[in-house]
Amino acid sequence: MLLLAFDTATPAVTAALLDTEDGAVLASADQVDARRHGELLLPVVDRVLRTAGVGKEQLGALAVGVGPGPYTGLRVGLATAAALGHALGIPVHGVCTLDGIAHAARQAGLSGPFTVATDARRKEVYWARYDAAAGRAEGPQVDRPGELAERLGGLPAVGAGALLYPEVFRNVPEGMPEHQSAAALAAYAAGELAAGRPLLPPTPLYLRRPDAEVPKNYKTVLPA
Amino acid sequence: MADEPLVLGIETSCDETGVGIVRGTTLLADAVATSVEEHGRFGGVVPEIASRAHLEAMVPTVQRALDQAGIKASDLDGIAVTAGPGLAGALLVGVSAAKAYAYALDKPLYGVNHLASHICVDQLEHGRLPEPTMALLVSGGHSSLLLTSDITSDVRSLGATVDDAAGEAFDKVARVLGLGFPGGPVIDRYAAEGDPAAIAFPRGLSGPRDPAYDFSFSGLKTAVARWIEARRRAGEEVPVRDVAASFQEAVTDVLTRKAVRACLDHGVDHLMIGGGVAANSRLRAMAQERCERAGIELRVPRMKLCTDNGAMVAALGSEMVWRDRAPSAFDLSADSSLPVTETHVPAAGPVLPLSHDELHRMSE
Repeated sequence: MLLLAFDTATPAVTAALLDTEDGAVLASADQVDARRHGELLLPVVDRVLRTAGVGKEQLGALAVGVGPGPYTGLRVGLATAAALGHALGIPVHGVCTLDGIAHAARQAGLSGPFTVATDARRKEVYWARYDAAAGRAEGPQVDRPGELAERLGGLPAVGAGALLYPEVFRNVPEGMPEHQSAAALAAYAAGELAAGRPLLPPTPLYLRRPDAEVPKNYKTVLPA
Repeated sequence: MADEPLVLGIETSCDETGVGIVRGTTLLADAVATSVEEHGRFGGVVPEIASRAHLEAMVPTVQRALDQAGIKASDLDGIAVTAGPGLAGALLVGVSAAKAYAYALDKPLYGVNHLASHICVDQLEHGRLPEPTMALLVSGGHSSLLLTSDITSDVRSLGATVDDAAGEAFDKVARVLGLGFPGGPVIDRYAAEGDPAAIAFPRGLSGPRDPAYDFSFSGLKTAVARWIEARRRAGEEVPVRDVAASFQEAVTDVLTRKAVRACLDHGVDHLMIGGGVAANSRLRAMAQERCERAGIELRVPRMKLCTDNGAMVAALGSEMVWRDRAPSAFDLSADSSLPVTETHVPAAGPVLPLSHDELHRMSE
């Protein structure tokens, strides 16, 4: 089966096509621009399919990163996946974005327990902790890095969130992924599907409630 | 009729997820999901809540529209979507979904202007727009007088609000009166039982040296609040119905007076009113009366087509196909401040190849 994966929950707009028969990545493309997910995603998807010489009607399933990640960009991927899946009549699987980055870190040679952290803006990080057996042991959550220092500070950490706060994440190995790569996301998703483990529904992991305040009491126009 | 363009339109510029399907000027489906109740306690639309709701509602609403129309997605001649103006994050959900549908179905994509759609929707009710047409667009986000000679390519702004939109004034006055959100329908209801001449509220920008076609509702809103507060401080009961009627009279008086004047000044004998505030019963009645007196034909679509919906986007999209306008590229942006003069957002070059990289590679 041909699995198309993409993710817009990190500054990377990334897409990849994987053949689940042999696990081969047929094509992948990445563009890093945190402010243009909406403009870039479909051209990147198109480039991947063209490079692989695969028509969209040949796709068997989609895997999409469900975050956590900055909401506006995140929704670009999820809205695109939902509509593509609907129009093509194929299933859409959700994958935690941090699991994709963790998979890429393992592929790059990281072993043992570690943390993945991405930039949640507002001086916070999205993070998850992975155990030596490659499973997600804790998270995803969103926190101020300072609050994590004691618990996670000593563990190796990967991702842009770790690079952003070196005073907290003191052990950032070289050569590790900073943002999401859809090739790793696709490989992770294919592995889970092959093992019969269910993936996530394709709905966003926001982790925060919308910023909105119920207005205080009526403010008068006349001077008090 | 069967050869007229069959277009699906997606609208997510504010708190309504609208999906409509239109064949030429015939409405086939108008599915709307709204998050208005989730915004009520905040006293206005919260962008992040609206964006989240759009994502959840998108596919189910598209399916509902296809079912209503009794067509298959593969039958469509194009996908249209509101590219702006509106809430940036909300627009982006619709634009992303529309691109994916167009791409998956191999249909041309048309990013269109929200305000032009509000005008074009009248074609579903009253047939093709006369050219030129004067349009008064009044909603929670917009108050504009627009003159169009071709809804797909030529919309000119004659005037607009310099502060609050008309619908915003309704919301704010309803809040001062403790009537909840949104304010339009509830003020209309109370006003029906009140005296519109009870209180002489100011008519903004209506002096001889004021801009003829611009509006201002911020001063009116403050005047109403002051009047109410003075009553409350004096320990008197606030005559809610009279306040509602007198406020509504002040808004509709200015709107219709300027719209009729714009028609007369420009020799246009058709006035179209659209946007959520066009659902106001007093605005409709007053416009009817004044247009008749001035010899202007008034066109106001039914209420459901005045508020935000996908049918209006489909109507304009269908017109784009009909008039052979250039489709949008797949790198179409959601533009929160898309100028009204940009009726649609055509691709700068050929729609395919898609990416800059590819263009570079080809030129090498």
